[in-house]
Amino acid sequence: MKKTLIFLFIFISCFLFSQEISFNIKDKPNDDGAALILSWDTSQIEASKIIIERKAPDSDLIIITSSQEVVGTFEDGTDIDPGIEYNYRLSALDENGKVLHIVRTTASSSSQWFNKKKISLLILALLISVSIVYYIFSAKSGKDLYIRKIGGLESMDESVGRATEMGRPILFIPGTLDLDDMQTIAGLTLLRRLAQKAAEYDAKLIVPVCRSMVLSTAKEVVKEAYMKAGRPDAFDPDSVFYLTDDQFGYVAGVDGIIVREKPAANFFLGAFYAESLILAETGFSSGAIQTAGTAMPSQLPFFVVACDYTLIGEELFAASAYLSKDPHQLGSLKGQDFGKAIFIVVLTIGIILEISGVHFLKDFLALH
Amino acid sequence: MKRKIPLLITFTVGIILIISEFIPHKPFGQLSGELEIWFLIISGFAILLGQLSLFKVNILKIQYKQRDWQFYVITLISFVVMVTLGFLWGTGKSAGMLGHGEIITSTLGHKPFDYLFHNVYQHLQATMFSLLAFFIASAAYRAFIGRTVESNLLLTSAVLVMLGNTTFGSLLTGWLPESLNFLHLPKVSEFIMTFPTTAGQRAIMIGAGLGIIGSSLRIILGIERSYLGGE
Repeated sequence: MKKTLIFLFIFISCFLFSQEISFNIKDKPNDDGAALILSWDTSQIEASKIIIERKAPDSDLIIITSSQEVVGTFEDGTDIDPGIEYNYRLSALDENGKVLHIVRTTASSSSQWFNKKKISLLILALLISVSIVYYIFSAKSGKDLYIRKIGGLESMDESVGRATEMGRPILFIPGTLDLDDMQTIAGLTLLRRLAQKAAEYDAKLIVPVCRSMVLSTAKEVVKEAYMKAGRPDAFDPDSVFYLTDDQFGYVAGVDGIIVREKPAANFFLGAFYAESLILAETGFSSGAIQTAGTAMPSQLPFFVVACDYTLIGEELFAASAYLSKDPHQLGSLKGQDFGKAIFIVVLTIGIILEISGVHFLKDFLALH
Repeated sequence: MKRKIPLLITFTVGIILIISEFIPHKPFGQLSGELEIWFLIISGFAILLGQLSLFKVNILKIQYKQRDWQFYVITLISFVVMVTLGFLWGTGKSAGMLGHGEIITSTLGHKPFDYLFHNVYQHLQATMFSLLAFFIASAAYRAFIGRTVESNLLLTSAVLVMLGNTTFGSLLTGWLPESLNFLHLPKVSEFIMTFPTTAGQRAIMIGAGLGIIGSSLRIILGIERSYLGGE
């Protein structure tokens, strides 16, 4: 009986003692094993500060964080490698800095092969990609696809013709971002069509760029377009030139070109920021026929006001396919339309569910 | 071959990067960051091409005494001066070939490169940016001329938003009772900016996002080759 009582006393003491402070470490989910999540609860003792230290197998104990929160979490994402066991020590201190309690634990991280948080993104991306590929093959098999008219693109011939008649150049601006932006690439694909037309009509083309990488690509694109038009001799390598990487320096340079050369047609196709209106208004004052296209929502109103034609968002990306009339490319546009239909359905269902107080869809679609 | 290799590289890199978006495990998780570093390295080399182009185009214009050729001389002089000063005395905390230039720095208050940057370049930049205010006024004048239903709607919403952001707007409707608070101009302005404007912008962004997916797939699958100069 006595032994049982002693055992019970020790057991209860240990249980109560263990309840004083909790310190748990778990692997951060859905990552490459570069972080551990530490959580603590010192509400049972009167600690005014906690210090957490970490020791890697071949290094000293280092302080990774300190906190005055009684209950808290911390993401340790510094110098953590997956599969390595780290020793952690949590010290709870009172207001005089005296150690009240120490808890030690070990943990290791692991890297995952699939980010479960992105499952909704994967499903949507797959749906849209499959639909685009399906419509590409449908178009290939000869199925007639209706694509609505895009005014800005229909006017390209008109602009080049006007420039030829007036004996003035055509100005093309591929935006102010580098080649890693899709809008710049979309602009360059249009440049090819425009350069070919300019070569056919014997109109002068001016392409000032603000990124060196864009310079090399644009030069190659224009050169190939002149070759395609059967006029390689008419290609002037200096018609595509670099001005500056600086945003407003570039604007000043292009404005100077507009004022001096008075182009008959201006094309602003790519990514633009605050320079959009300065460029477009200067072009407007010179009397040029202007076509702009960007996917920057905040710059679109400026282009709509100052330009004759504006390609809004997706129209810029559709331009190359639209102009090529290639069934493969037109098919991809139909696939995009199917993607839009998916979005409309998901958004409508989402709105209804949210109003009804059901948050399943919102949680499922949230990436973070 | 000239086309096939770039297309093959585009396809491989494109597919790997799409996969890496969903696989955090090494080496996929770091690929995007690694390729960004590659891009920066290539950009570093390409900047030399840009500068050569700048020199060539400007020298040709000066050589043939094209209209306003004096401006091109100024461009080249500015370029050479800034590069030289940067090389000689460095910028910020970085030393140049002649060290930090303590004497000249104490005289100017900055290193020569930084002095020109702060006292010339930044002011020129601000001047260009401030032109925007005048261009907004002229563009707004044209946009706000009420000719169609759309332009009238634009005019009305613009006036409401502008008034709502001024103290005069608050004054105009400040007397309204609590029950009609939703008609208070700052509230109307906030409503227009939060709901119709955001909804429109998001619609454009969704469309653009789909356009990017479509364009990317066309490029990755080799259907779109215009950027390589092809059909």
